[in-house]
Amino acid sequence: MNNNGYAVSVENLSRLFGTFKAVDNVSFKVEPGEIFGFLGANGAGKTTTIRMLCGLLLPTSGKATVAGYDVYKDTEAIKRNIGYMAQRFSLYEDLTVKENIEFYGGVYGLNRKRIKTKTAELLDYLKLWEHADKLTASLPLGWKQRMALSTALLHDPDLIFLDEPTSGVDPESRRNFWMLIYELSAQGKTIFVTTHFMDEAEYCHRLSIMRDGKIVELDKPQLLKQKYKATTMQDVFMKVVQKVEV
Amino acid sequence: MNQILLSIIKKEFWHILRDPQTLIIILIMPIIMLFLFGYAITLEMRDINTVIIDHSKTPQSRQLIEKIRSTNFFNITGFDTPESQIEDVFFQRKARCVLVIPPDFASDLQTEMRTKIQLIIDASDPNAANFINNYFAQLSMRYNYENNPQLTMPFSIEPRIFYNPDLKSDYFFVPGLIAVLILLISALLTSIAIVREKEIGTMEQILVSPVHPVQIIVGKVIPYTILGFIDSILILMVGHLWFGVPVIGSVILLLFALIIYILTGLSFGLMISTITNSQQMAMMAALLSTILPTIMLSGFIFPVESMPLIFQYLSKIVPATHFLEIIRGIMLKGNTLLDLKVQLSYLIGLAGLLILVSVRKFSTKLE
Repeated sequence: MNNNGYAVSVENLSRLFGTFKAVDNVSFKVEPGEIFGFLGANGAGKTTTIRMLCGLLLPTSGKATVAGYDVYKDTEAIKRNIGYMAQRFSLYEDLTVKENIEFYGGVYGLNRKRIKTKTAELLDYLKLWEHADKLTASLPLGWKQRMALSTALLHDPDLIFLDEPTSGVDPESRRNFWMLIYELSAQGKTIFVTTHFMDEAEYCHRLSIMRDGKIVELDKPQLLKQKYKATTMQDVFMKVVQKVEV
Repeated sequence: MNQILLSIIKKEFWHILRDPQTLIIILIMPIIMLFLFGYAITLEMRDINTVIIDHSKTPQSRQLIEKIRSTNFFNITGFDTPESQIEDVFFQRKARCVLVIPPDFASDLQTEMRTKIQLIIDASDPNAANFINNYFAQLSMRYNYENNPQLTMPFSIEPRIFYNPDLKSDYFFVPGLIAVLILLISALLTSIAIVREKEIGTMEQILVSPVHPVQIIVGKVIPYTILGFIDSILILMVGHLWFGVPVIGSVILLLFALIIYILTGLSFGLMISTITNSQQMAMMAALLSTILPTIMLSGFIFPVESMPLIFQYLSKIVPATHFLEIIRGIMLKGNTLLDLKVQLSYLIGLAGLLILVSVRKFSTKLE
């Protein structure tokens, strides 16, 4: 373990698929307790970056540590210390809410008693008690996403990766979801979130914008807006993208 | 016991129970197949359609015809068809054989040493033609013996048939079917189990958790072993109680052998699932790679000894070949563990190897 004080530290990280550079020489650092946003169009390399940081993909080159652990050597340690929520809903639709929580609790090695208290705590927190014994497939998408987040938090990780957690969710559920993210951040957890919603980007403490596998901007939303003399993140994003194209 | 493993096993059971349709198919399909094979496929022949042309029309020829009629092997569908139309009889499938009794049948019987009758057989199905030929040979021998008891044969073969004295084809098919069905079902079950999770995306969530491939694989094998075991007991019960196939050897040994064989099938399915990416691919691969070799090469229907040498070697790889020797050995002959140690060790070795390969091939990375 390398205690450099950063939740995530990435230096010149690249990933090739054949000859295609999905992630091209990316460097950034994430402070503990930060909400770090990853903005970019589809195919810009956001998911590939997240997957490399979670130990799901090996980088082609470069250095990265997550929670102080090396992404090449210590993937097992990384997996124990992070929470991850995939872009696609990936809980079991044919299991009930409770069964899903119990299963993932078991997978993370929580003992029976702990799973029980944790399940109750989460059901309270998500206000899902009356749906606890319903099949996950019957829940609306917004609730599913909250459920997915809560299972990602079962083992109390300090660092949470969220890959487009709100895509396909209605505006109100999106707002509720972001309230959860703020609560987590207030508890001192680091949130690493990708999105393509510009309004959500404003909620992040710091923001990086990716295009064609490269990070083209990285700063606080406020400073980015000043730099590009824009009133909304939408404008900033359009200007950043156009600037690169020229 | 390992907490993580236990969670995976529990979850796998939830999946099985939440999908009653699949469960019913898994449990009912083998029994339906058993009935189909047990009744539709038989190696004996009965009621063979026969045309008789009697040019003799004497008490002797009528006695012969009566003899033919009295067995249940033949079914006389025509008399005295003109000889020019014999081909039409075969063309229109009115009969499989035509017996021609010559005009001087009765007088020859009294005067000549040998009397000839003509039997014309449709051999487009050579196996059936062989049966017909044998049946008639037996029939004529009996006729001769009854009419000339003083006629003695220089020697005769007295067959004593062991292990299946009535030559019932059920005894042959039921154990064979168990071998085919169990392998097919166990390979199918696991081949889909992992690929399905890849396809719906739940595997990604499992892979970011600190689960070891061994835990995932063993966690999937255990529930399906139990399911496959229940399935095979059902098939065995139907085979034993309905079709009357005996279990002469030890039932415990038979159940033990079944578990080994189920594990072989499951581990084969697992290997398929670690190298395929869609449920359809996995299903096709499991179907083709289990059904064809099992039916063609294992001795399920066709005896291994009469295959070309290269196929005989190939049949030694097929797990069903060894399991067939085990199950027929135990059920019909009363073989003991000692008699079957070679076959059992092969299956154990194969299952172990396949699980090892699956664990090695199982990737904890997404590509």
